[in-house]
Amino acid sequence: MKRYGILLGCSIAALAGTAWAGTNDTFLIRDVDVYPVTAKEMKGVSVLIQDGKIAEIAAKIVAPKGMRILDGKGLRVYPGMIDSATNLGLAEISSVRESVDTGELGDFMPQLRALVAVNPESEHFGAVRVNGITSAITLPGGGGGGGGRGGGRAQSISGQAALIHTSGFTWEEMEISRSAAVQLTFPSMGGRGGRGGGGVPPEVADLFGEAGAAAGGANARRNYEDTISRINQFFDSARQYKATKAAKPAGFVPDLKLEAMIPVLDGKTPLAVSASQADAIHDAIQFADKQHVKIVIMGPRELGNVGPELKSHNIPVILGRVLALPEHEDDSYDAAMALPTQFYKAGVKFAFGTFTNEFVRNLPFQAAAAVGFGLPADEALKAVTIYPAEIWGQSDKVGSVEKGKWADLMITNGDPLEIQTKIAHIYIKGKEVELSNKQTRLYDKYMGRQ
Amino acid sequence: MRKLLVAALATLAPVWAQTIVIRNATIMTVTHGTVKGSIVVKDGKIAEVGDKVMEPGGATIIDAGGQYVIPGIIDCHSHIAGDGGINEGSVSVSSMVDIRDIVNPEDFSIYRALAGGVTTANILHGSANSIGGQTVVLKMRWGKDATGMIFEGAKPGIKFALGENVKRSGNPQGGRGATTPAVQARYPATRMGVEDVIREAFTEAKAYKAEWDDYNAKVARGEHLIPPRKDLKLEPLKEVLEGTRYVHCHSYRSDEILMLIRVADEFGFKIRTFQHVLEGYKVGKEIAAHGAGGSTFSDWWDYKVEAADAIPYNAALMTKEGVVVSVNSDDAELMRHLNTEAAKSMRYGGASETEALAMVTLNPAKQLGIDNRVGSIDVGKDADLVIYDKYPLSDYAKVQKVLIDGTVYFDRDKEVSGLAAKAAEKQKLVDKLKQQQTQGGRGGRGGRGQ
Repeated sequence: MKRYGILLGCSIAALAGTAWAGTNDTFLIRDVDVYPVTAKEMKGVSVLIQDGKIAEIAAKIVAPKGMRILDGKGLRVYPGMIDSATNLGLAEISSVRESVDTGELGDFMPQLRALVAVNPESEHFGAVRVNGITSAITLPGGGGGGGGRGGGRAQSISGQAALIHTSGFTWEEMEISRSAAVQLTFPSMGGRGGRGGGGVPPEVADLFGEAGAAAGGANARRNYEDTISRINQFFDSARQYKATKAAKPAGFVPDLKLEAMIPVLDGKTPLAVSASQADAIHDAIQFADKQHVKIVIMGPRELGNVGPELKSHNIPVILGRVLALPEHEDDSYDAAMALPTQFYKAGVKFAFGTFTNEFVRNLPFQAAAAVGFGLPADEALKAVTIYPAEIWGQSDKVGSVEKGKWADLMITNGDPLEIQTKIAHIYIKGKEVELSNKQTRLYDKYMGRQ
Repeated sequence: MRKLLVAALATLAPVWAQTIVIRNATIMTVTHGTVKGSIVVKDGKIAEVGDKVMEPGGATIIDAGGQYVIPGIIDCHSHIAGDGGINEGSVSVSSMVDIRDIVNPEDFSIYRALAGGVTTANILHGSANSIGGQTVVLKMRWGKDATGMIFEGAKPGIKFALGENVKRSGNPQGGRGATTPAVQARYPATRMGVEDVIREAFTEAKAYKAEWDDYNAKVARGEHLIPPRKDLKLEPLKEVLEGTRYVHCHSYRSDEILMLIRVADEFGFKIRTFQHVLEGYKVGKEIAAHGAGGSTFSDWWDYKVEAADAIPYNAALMTKEGVVVSVNSDDAELMRHLNTEAAKSMRYGGASETEALAMVTLNPAKQLGIDNRVGSIDVGKDADLVIYDKYPLSDYAKVQKVLIDGTVYFDRDKEVSGLAAKAAEKQKLVDKLKQQQTQGGRGGRGGRGQ
């Protein structure tokens, strides 16, 4: 009898499962305020989601019989947010090497794919989803902040970054773009040398360069030029490989490294180039010109005088943490907070990235901090939604609430960048995402401790 | 005699202290709700708060129309303003060293913290050993010397630490079992050893105290004796046993928190605060029963194994258990926006506005035993005040002015309007140095100053 009961229970659940399979990503949200990000908000409208996509947004939509309806009164619909620099899925606890899969050995490794090492069960996904981050760039190199580099030294090309959804049973289900960019670390001339407050400003360092140039400075310059020349050589050999392959010679053996560079050379896949200082950005642009490749600048800490150059080349930028210390000791205290406004005024397109795993959930708050220091609020919101979608070439799928796009949605009671705003529902490809995670489970458990 | 006292007081009174009226503000007092009105500041203290106040003639007026005033932010865990290392980790017990001896009043972090609304900070020794060095409470009086920074009358403290950081020196690279460990292992290497180190130290301290108590009792009875030898390591532990020095203990896991509470019970002393205390929510009951405070991060987690169970609900949960909770920074950057760190406890766990604000004002003041002086906007307290342009528990808010002891130490308007002058001054210095170099001076001393 008991066994029978369990069996019956199972079959009902299974039936329910089948019944929902076709419809759980098909539903109607009624009487809701839609903030498409790409257009003006629409108050009190209906949104029809069909097979995970946004099928219709209109003042009134008559729901087919039996369709699930969500009452959206007093709520707002926004597109889910995108973090443009993380190590999500690749690194769990940054200080535990065994849990970190970023930073492979080898200097030029464009054939490595971050996507295939994404652990869908990483606890980070649960923590970031509840704050409305529905997709993220996950970087194969250490640059995402999740973990260090492997046994080797710093890499030049660390592999292919993936744009992924923050929910899914497998990495295949999570994939939006398996090769959103190839990550290149551009060499830099110097590091941060100063005590606590950051490095000595370059114009001051130059002055003391007499002794420095004779020894360390000249070495640094030589190393820098050596690295640039090695990178150029690698690109040249990739180009040669492409030409050889196109000629279809007999007995041609593919080279996975160089093969992986073809989409970059063809301008189909951008290079995500980390460059923090203005002179490095300038050099990266020169490099891109020389090699005829598309680039995205990752994590600049200053704009310097490269604004016009970035703008005229249409090069987008991923800005790192807004809440950060100034780069140099004599920078204004709010240099990092005001940086997005500088890029905005220079007419450079940018999106935000947290360059972490632990703080991905603070992405909206970082964006809001930039607004406090001059960035228009709608630009801040675009920089975590439609701009990253455009920069990573996926704006036909994600980044705004528009017909035909995936229903990656957050439904809130207010401005999604405001820390006090509550999130009512999250949808990824039209499927409702649980708002529980490891942390809410621990919370519930210990709330119940007597 | 009285005349002398008045004269002494007059010389002590800061010459810059003046009468200030902050008008038209929304005043979040922490102790008695939110008031729309004015604050009168006299002789560095809050003289009056209310919707109608007596404005003294000749007072400096600050019009805070549309703006918010909160008490100066207090960071219960910081390592800024230290001159060099703050981690005397060569021994398991380093209670003889004192942060007070290495206060560097020229650390830029002080000004940056000030610009983020921090007026007081607890400067702690590092966490390399079970019993670390002595701590000091500073006011962010930027421009004063080291002595002028010290929060006069604040009870001294001492840093304890548990868990991974403490064990690290017991597990040097190469492993304990390695034939040629790179570094000599230092006891302890386990949490068991951590308990032992503390129990051993307090066993010694108790005997030391008994020796002194015996001596003092005999001297009080009129006996003439040679005093016992003063032990600089045991002296601060004796003060802990006597209740004249606060213990601030770095901790993560619930087991180690409970362990220290029981050790303290055994030896008859109190833990003033558990710092970080990321699993404090699991043993909130025990922490509250002991009477300890909890000073935690808002949402840091998973950067090491012992932080894997950290939840952003920690602050709110411990508060519900009756623990006095503060939210701290342990970081020169995070320190600059503790207002939004506090706001996160409203988002996660539903703390009230006052509870949240108290976590960075009144509660840390209580934890440091200085709540008779600071932590709320009450008549008679120090005029340590922060003016924000917007609702301070929003991530869009930024600091406009900061007062300490009734003196404006940070003024954003002046900061912004002074940027051009500062840049010009810097350029002048750079040019001067350049000129000296081209004249063959090469930055040497010869060409300077006549």
